[in-house]
Amino acid sequence: MNMEFFTISLLNGLSYGLLLFMLSAGLTLIFSMMGVLNFAHTSFYMVGAYFAYSISQVVGFWWALLIAPMLVFAMGAAFERFCLRRVHKFGHVPELLITFGLSYLLLELVQLVWGRSAVQYPLPSGLQGAFFTIYGTDFPKSRAFIMLLAMLMLLSIWLLITRTRIGLVIQAALTHPETVQSLGHNVPRVFMLVFGGGAALAGLAGVIGGNTFITEPSMAGSIGAIIFVVVVVGGMGSLSGAFLASLLIGLLQTFAIALDHSAMSVLAQMGVAVGPATFGYPLLKLTIAQVAPILPYLLLVMMLIFRPKGLLGTREG
Amino acid sequence: MIKSVSPHLLPIRLAGIALAVSSLLCMGIANAQTAKPAATADKTVPAVAAVNLNQTVKIAWLDPLSGLMAAVGTNQLHGFQFLAEKFNLKNKAGVKFDVIGIDNKLSPQETIVALKSAIDQGARYVVQGNGSGPALAIIDALSKHNERNPTKQVVFLNYAAVDPDLTNSKCDFWHFRLDADTSMKMEALTTYMKDQPTIKKVYLINQNYSHGQQVAKFAKANLATKRPDIQIVGEDLHPLAQVRDFAPYIAKIKQSGADTVITGNWGSDLSLLIKAANEAGLSNVKFYTYYGSVTGTPTTLGAGSAGRVYMVGYGHMNMGGEIEALSKEYDKRFNDDFYTFAIFHAYTMLIEGMAKAKSTDALQVAKAMEGLRFNSFNGEVQMRKTDHQLQQGLFVTRWEKAGGKFPLDEENTGYTFVPVKYYEPYVASTPTSCQMKRPF
Repeated sequence: MNMEFFTISLLNGLSYGLLLFMLSAGLTLIFSMMGVLNFAHTSFYMVGAYFAYSISQVVGFWWALLIAPMLVFAMGAAFERFCLRRVHKFGHVPELLITFGLSYLLLELVQLVWGRSAVQYPLPSGLQGAFFTIYGTDFPKSRAFIMLLAMLMLLSIWLLITRTRIGLVIQAALTHPETVQSLGHNVPRVFMLVFGGGAALAGLAGVIGGNTFITEPSMAGSIGAIIFVVVVVGGMGSLSGAFLASLLIGLLQTFAIALDHSAMSVLAQMGVAVGPATFGYPLLKLTIAQVAPILPYLLLVMMLIFRPKGLLGTREG
Repeated sequence: MIKSVSPHLLPIRLAGIALAVSSLLCMGIANAQTAKPAATADKTVPAVAAVNLNQTVKIAWLDPLSGLMAAVGTNQLHGFQFLAEKFNLKNKAGVKFDVIGIDNKLSPQETIVALKSAIDQGARYVVQGNGSGPALAIIDALSKHNERNPTKQVVFLNYAAVDPDLTNSKCDFWHFRLDADTSMKMEALTTYMKDQPTIKKVYLINQNYSHGQQVAKFAKANLATKRPDIQIVGEDLHPLAQVRDFAPYIAKIKQSGADTVITGNWGSDLSLLIKAANEAGLSNVKFYTYYGSVTGTPTTLGAGSAGRVYMVGYGHMNMGGEIEALSKEYDKRFNDDFYTFAIFHAYTMLIEGMAKAKSTDALQVAKAMEGLRFNSFNGEVQMRKTDHQLQQGLFVTRWEKAGGKFPLDEENTGYTFVPVKYYEPYVASTPTSCQMKRPF
């Protein structure tokens, strides 16, 4: 692996990792604040992309970047207020199931409104083209923009939670809701805002993820599994853990693709001849590059076995 | 001409539409005949005499209506229903088609359940195409069913599952394939590539399952004989519908110095691949594909891929004649592209077969369809008797701005796949190892 390939892969890995972070930040936030594992999180991502698609046709992309997350915020807050709050008293399983149901509803709704095929949601002219060219490979502006937005997002969430009064109330409401309530704060409203905020973060990721990749109904389902991996590996409810895990997974996938080594080639170097007749040949000839996209799931399993609280998690399991 | 439509049952307005459509179709046929190249025009297919069987034929469509491929399945079911409506207005067998759509969830297991339900509902013709796994399940189930139930035999028309094994080692009397298989398409594609001196280094990237592996296998074998000087500089197999970010693969392709990529990827795997290539500024690399027209992909190709993406197929958007008129109407009605042209083959072959057999009985029609030659939108085609693989001409097309001779665009992008080369059926034909057992 030479310097050129290394640099490009590093950039690709970082930008993909940061998109994963944008997606998982909201999920982590909701989980750490409310203890709700929101299965519909990527549906908010999808809805954000579709809202942005429709809005950008009327008032342009930059307004969509502002308005779409706000609409998704309203949706998330309304869902918390009218649905999630009602099932809260029945415990975690109904909470989880209702978000599961929501993900199906949103998928059907999106297909009814926007159709089953991909929509043409192009990048705005300001984000099209190369940000810079390195060793003859363009690094797209859209990816640089994702990186910038993710970093801003991390910074503002961190400032909000640790440096502001509302952050203090949110943190306190998590561990001592009755005390906070008796001090005169409206705890249910805090939870509503937190859920809406988490949804809005997913919506924001959708606004830029939708045109960087594709806007289609299956976009929620296809990214759903990987963000749960991010949250578990990072540590349930740890924002910095999610940040670390996103980058780790982004880089892991990117660099693994470059490695065309397999158990067979390693054995061959050691002088062991492996042919189609050898036991387990189909498994032995699998290269690391071939399994790269599923490596995060291997990491998930390993993590759950050896360190269930994740990289930076504080609670067990 | 519209005698088979009972005017006293239908509102007069509908009859008027029918008349308009059928005259449009006739104009289409006239156009097709004038547009046809001289070489094929003088070949005549022995005409099958028209009969009036006056029966309703139930066709069961077993393909996904949910999940990842729902969009593709829905498009194809619409295609089958739409063309049934058109062929019901006028056909030389005097039959009416009634299409039942059943969701097989893209799973072989569910397909068998769907097949049972279809047979129970009285369907003696089933059609399927998305995935060779479900296709094989149908073949297996039908060969047993037909042996045990000689009065309820069922024929399977496969309109899109392209695993070559289905007409080779796993061939079956009751299975007829209307699409060109992976080996035939690669034959045409490499025949085209053979004459492109700029191709020197080829990179193969495919989905890691039977289809992708076969594309890679036939690409390597064909290039080795036709252009041994071409170097295969890299080969990747990635999991099906798992990769969101193809930028790392593009970095690898660039690193290899490839000037050409061959890929059998479909759906989001193709869209994301080409999108990543465009974004990385990989503008000097050409892509040779199988599934550039499938729902969602044309939208992603857009202007950025113009002139660089090729596709091999048995048809294209701007064929002229009847199929183009139908495409236009389909687009207007469903606000979607009509790209599974094999549906047209399915009805044409069934009608010809039924007229020849003078029956709608599955066995009689299957016998009549063996070796049948008929005119379709891509010239004269033949259902090869030895393996039930349709022998047909193939097009190599290139993604370019629509307009002029090729006005119909794909997914309202303003761009379309424009034919750059047409290959006669014998060019794309590949041998078969099929040893078919016939039930008579």
